Amino acid sequence: MHGRVKVKSTAQQEEEKRKEREKKLKAFVSARDAVLRKRSAGEHDEEALQLTQQLLSSNPDFATLWNYRREVLLQLETSREKDEVQKLYESELHFIEACLKVNPKSYGCWHHRSWVNTRLPQPDWTRELGLCDRCLSLDERNFHCWDYRRVVVKESGVSVEQELQFTDRLIGSNFSNYSSWHYRSTLLPQLHPQPAPDSASNTSPSPTASPQIHSHRVCEEQLLKEYELAHNAFFTDPNDQSAWFYYRWLLGRAEREEMISCVYVSRERERVSVAFSKPVHAQSEGLMLVLDGQPQQVEWRSTHPRLRHSPVWLCDLPPGSVSDISNEHNLTVHWTEKYTHRDCALYTGCAESWCRDSATDQELFRSELSVEKSSVLQAELQSCNQLLELEPQNKWCLLTIILLMRALDPLGHEKETLAHFQTLKEVDPMRSSYYSDLCSKFLIENTILKMEYAEVRVFSLSNKNLTTLCHLDQLLLVTHINLSSNQLLRLPPQFAMLQCLEVLEADDNAIESLEGLYHLPKLEEVSLRNNQICKLSDLESLASCTKLTRLDLRGNPVHKTANIDSELSQLLPLVTALSL
Amino acid sequence: WQWLLVTMLSVCVHFPGLTESVIAAACSRVGQSVLHLDRRNYYAGNWASFTFNGLLSWIEEYKQKVQITESEQVWRSLIDEGEDVVPLSSVDSSISNLEVFCYARLALILLTTNTNEEHEVSEPEEEQHTSDISEPSQSQEEKDSQPISSPADPPVEVEKKITYQKLVKEGRRFNIDLVSKLMYSRGALVDLLIKSNVSRYAEFKNIGHILTCRNGKVEQVPCSRADVFASKQLTVVEKRMLMKFLTFCLDFEQHPEEYQDYTEKPFREFLKNKKLTENLQDFVLHSIAMVTQQTLTEEGLKATQHFLRCLGRYGNTPFLFPLYGLGEIPQCFCRMCAVFGGIYCLRHSVQCLVVDKASNKVKAVIDTRGQKISCSHFVVEDSYIRDEQRQSTAYRQISRAVLITDRSVLPSESDQQISLVTIPPLESSAPAVRMVELCSSSMTCMPGTYLVHLTCSSSGTAQEDLAPVVSELFHVSTIPGEEPSEVLWVMYFNMRDTSALDSSSYSLPSNVHVCTGPDGSLGSDCSIKLAESVFHHILPDEEFCPPAPNPEDIIYDGDGPQAEGPGFDESVNTEAEEEGAAHEKNPSTEPAEMDSVADTTPSSEE
Repeated sequence: MHGRVKVKSTAQQEEEKRKEREKKLKAFVSARDAVLRKRSAGEHDEEALQLTQQLLSSNPDFATLWNYRREVLLQLETSREKDEVQKLYESELHFIEACLKVNPKSYGCWHHRSWVNTRLPQPDWTRELGLCDRCLSLDERNFHCWDYRRVVVKESGVSVEQELQFTDRLIGSNFSNYSSWHYRSTLLPQLHPQPAPDSASNTSPSPTASPQIHSHRVCEEQLLKEYELAHNAFFTDPNDQSAWFYYRWLLGRAEREEMISCVYVSRERERVSVAFSKPVHAQSEGLMLVLDGQPQQVEWRSTHPRLRHSPVWLCDLPPGSVSDISNEHNLTVHWTEKYTHRDCALYTGCAESWCRDSATDQELFRSELSVEKSSVLQAELQSCNQLLELEPQNKWCLLTIILLMRALDPLGHEKETLAHFQTLKEVDPMRSSYYSDLCSKFLIENTILKMEYAEVRVFSLSNKNLTTLCHLDQLLLVTHINLSSNQLLRLPPQFAMLQCLEVLEADDNAIESLEGLYHLPKLEEVSLRNNQICKLSDLESLASCTKLTRLDLRGNPVHKTANIDSELSQLLPLVTALSL
Repeated sequence: WQWLLVTMLSVCVHFPGLTESVIAAACSRVGQSVLHLDRRNYYAGNWASFTFNGLLSWIEEYKQKVQITESEQVWRSLIDEGEDVVPLSSVDSSISNLEVFCYARLALILLTTNTNEEHEVSEPEEEQHTSDISEPSQSQEEKDSQPISSPADPPVEVEKKITYQKLVKEGRRFNIDLVSKLMYSRGALVDLLIKSNVSRYAEFKNIGHILTCRNGKVEQVPCSRADVFASKQLTVVEKRMLMKFLTFCLDFEQHPEEYQDYTEKPFREFLKNKKLTENLQDFVLHSIAMVTQQTLTEEGLKATQHFLRCLGRYGNTPFLFPLYGLGEIPQCFCRMCAVFGGIYCLRHSVQCLVVDKASNKVKAVIDTRGQKISCSHFVVEDSYIRDEQRQSTAYRQISRAVLITDRSVLPSESDQQISLVTIPPLESSAPAVRMVELCSSSMTCMPGTYLVHLTCSSSGTAQEDLAPVVSELFHVSTIPGEEPSEVLWVMYFNMRDTSALDSSSYSLPSNVHVCTGPDGSLGSDCSIKLAESVFHHILPDEEFCPPAPNPEDIIYDGDGPQAEGPGFDESVNTEAEEEGAAHEKNPSTEPAEMDSVADTTPSSEE
């Protein structure tokens, strides 16, 4: 048509672009070869800087070139005055900034920038902070920049208050930024540390104090403000996980004290079992056993060869040392590295003895969340319940409520907790197995508490949809356990911690593996009706339980194995009552 | 004027407002020859931006309103057999009730009250200007307000104030729009600017604050996620309810069950039903949806949705404002029109249309110089249409006020923010008032001042409608000795809103396309949609404003692609080559995140 502007066709444009690309590629390759030749010839001159600059400004991820550049700069540095060195490195910073515009996530660039700042006679940290701010305003989750910023802050001594305000600003502009929330969690304990419990008077908050020395806890007053901040975030957008994670951190408590939680001694087996508050590697922890004032040479072993770190460790006493029932013995286990120990007395006439902290005394299972002030937790629970009313389907809210309820009163809230778990599995089916496992854990904790209140050694948790077993170290003294009608798939290696177990009922599960039924010295009776034990080899570990006489395997696929009877009697000769 | 006689025009556009400029640009872009005439000496008509001095002359012009005597004889002779004539109106009556008040002190008075010798020396020029003071005193009211001079005034206070002379002296720094609008960042105008590449002719700044005025207090409207999070006025439950409601609005069509019982009921009732507190109802109704108490639910939901969809594209509010004022936008389209061959004549008007009796179509126009110009389509603004050609005169009025102030209504950490303030009606029957406060970095006012636009649909004169709002939001001192006024200068006027009219409102030939003037709404969607529909009427088979090609892709006469090749290759500089090559080698490094932000076409300035 007349009067129309003629425009090049797409094919023409493409062709032009292709030609241009070819030329560029050729130039790039020849420049690269020239640089590499210079490097192998050991030339460290201005020309090398120029050539690498050309290449790096288009491809800042060429690490070899950055290395070469550093070599050149170090060489040039030796022959220059201080002023010139400053200029040299300042122009280097300028160049890196241009490269960062090409790729703000280039490892090479950020690393080189850190290096240049260490070489710079007078680094300008304010400018560096400004650069970080600009980068983060374009991409608030650029972790390269976050890392670099940490270096800058450390080197330039920016005060913790200023940094906290910095996180205020970032969270204010977008609270879905876990980097900022997390940074906040590292700053708060420095700025508002929790007063030490022993000497509350002399711990005035010192903002410059090193964070490593102090605990990671925050003083109550500041915590309340932070709770409010988190509320604002999760009421605004309850589906954003950053604030919920931060909130969980706020509610959390420091790790449990490391200690020996239980010492058990059996006269008949001449064996000592020791339980710790967390999994340890006993051989390297400096354990010492003293029997009636005499240090003993003993060999510590874990309850199962697969557990290199374990909360329960065993050792055999020298033969005959405690076997006479008319003698009284005093045992002490020293954990020299942690300056702690536990005594245990084996009285006359007793076949066994133990000394332990009860789970109820320690409020063991509340450790997920703080119990410093139950009134605070109660208020937080109310806030979350208020949110749940508005958002009955919100998984973060449900989960947080469960945790708060457990911190406040695990047994009192058991029914509500189970109902919430049910909702969770419905609204978040992708994680239903996680919720089942978590629910199993809480049920086991509750059952342990109930058992201890009742002061019995019988643990019964049948028909509760258990999917996993945990806290088995707490069951060291249990003699009878009933796990029937659950959804267990295996008895894990940790099951071998049940050193006093005599009777195991685990009917109507889906158990395939009996790994944990391993060297249980007192186990006499095992009932595994209607499970999924398929192969004879699955039963091999039972052979290590020397007292086992009754075994019920009805309703397991294993009975289809050829010659099962004879095979079994060969494998387990001591079992007299076998049901197949 | 030789060319006029030889060129057969495709489209003749008269009075280039926004709609007309877009039509002209679109026609020119696809190869039509376009002649653009305007009787004024400035572009864009009621869409124009004026310097302060320019505005004063515009006011002067309005006051004088010279009736041009028409000389029928001039064009009578040009009419042939079988032709009929439709005369056009030569008087623009779209502006009415213009009132001006000046509160800025005059330098003369300042000098007499000021004992500071130094000051006198530093501003000698102002003394000369005092002879012109009478010029802006248009109305009786203003004369009353003038003797604010008082020896009782503390001189220190006076010294800080900007004088009227200063405003005049710095008048070139002002770009005062007659129309006050913002650009929705996903509105039709922004989409068109991006699509057509016209955005390259302008720069934009995003609106920093969305405010409202409740109980005489200016406060922030929480509209984005970050605002809701940071808001100190809302309880956490309110935050949840608001977010929940806004999230629902984003895709309300997907959940008809939520609102279908309310389709015939006002939006306000729906908000109540959604258990939003009074606070939140006000925010949503007046500041987010920006609708009235009577607006029906579905319309309210759509308005809310539009607002929300615009959030986050260019910042935390949904709006952009063109630097140098809204008048830039028609000019940008004029520029594109000119690039593709459109011709512009200012101070040049059409007297009448020549209609072919047989086909009842316009075949030519006769201009004020008595030339007959052939054209196949004629686009004209409503104000040029005489009452004889109207079927209906049902148009509304917009009340406008323009203020120059010396401080922001919401002082904040940064004084260079553009704010939108929605002011709910004081009585439920009155219209809501919309206020846009422009800072000097928007290039519409001199440093140290703010340019404030107030807009509402009229129920009385502009002054009746808006003066109560002005006195509620600003200190306007009329009594001598009182604290000096924040407001330096005010202008009230009414503008005709013809946006409700359509082609059925006129009895005109089918190839005359009447464009309505600016409407009262905040966005410009109405004008852009109209432009598009007129364009498709003129050229049904053509694309509306396709992207303009890059200059390097345009082939000039005799400049074939083959001839171009070798010459181009030699001129390429080596450094640029390498850069591109590396990009090719490492595609992963190419979309740098820093750049991708700038990628979206209209450059928004923080």
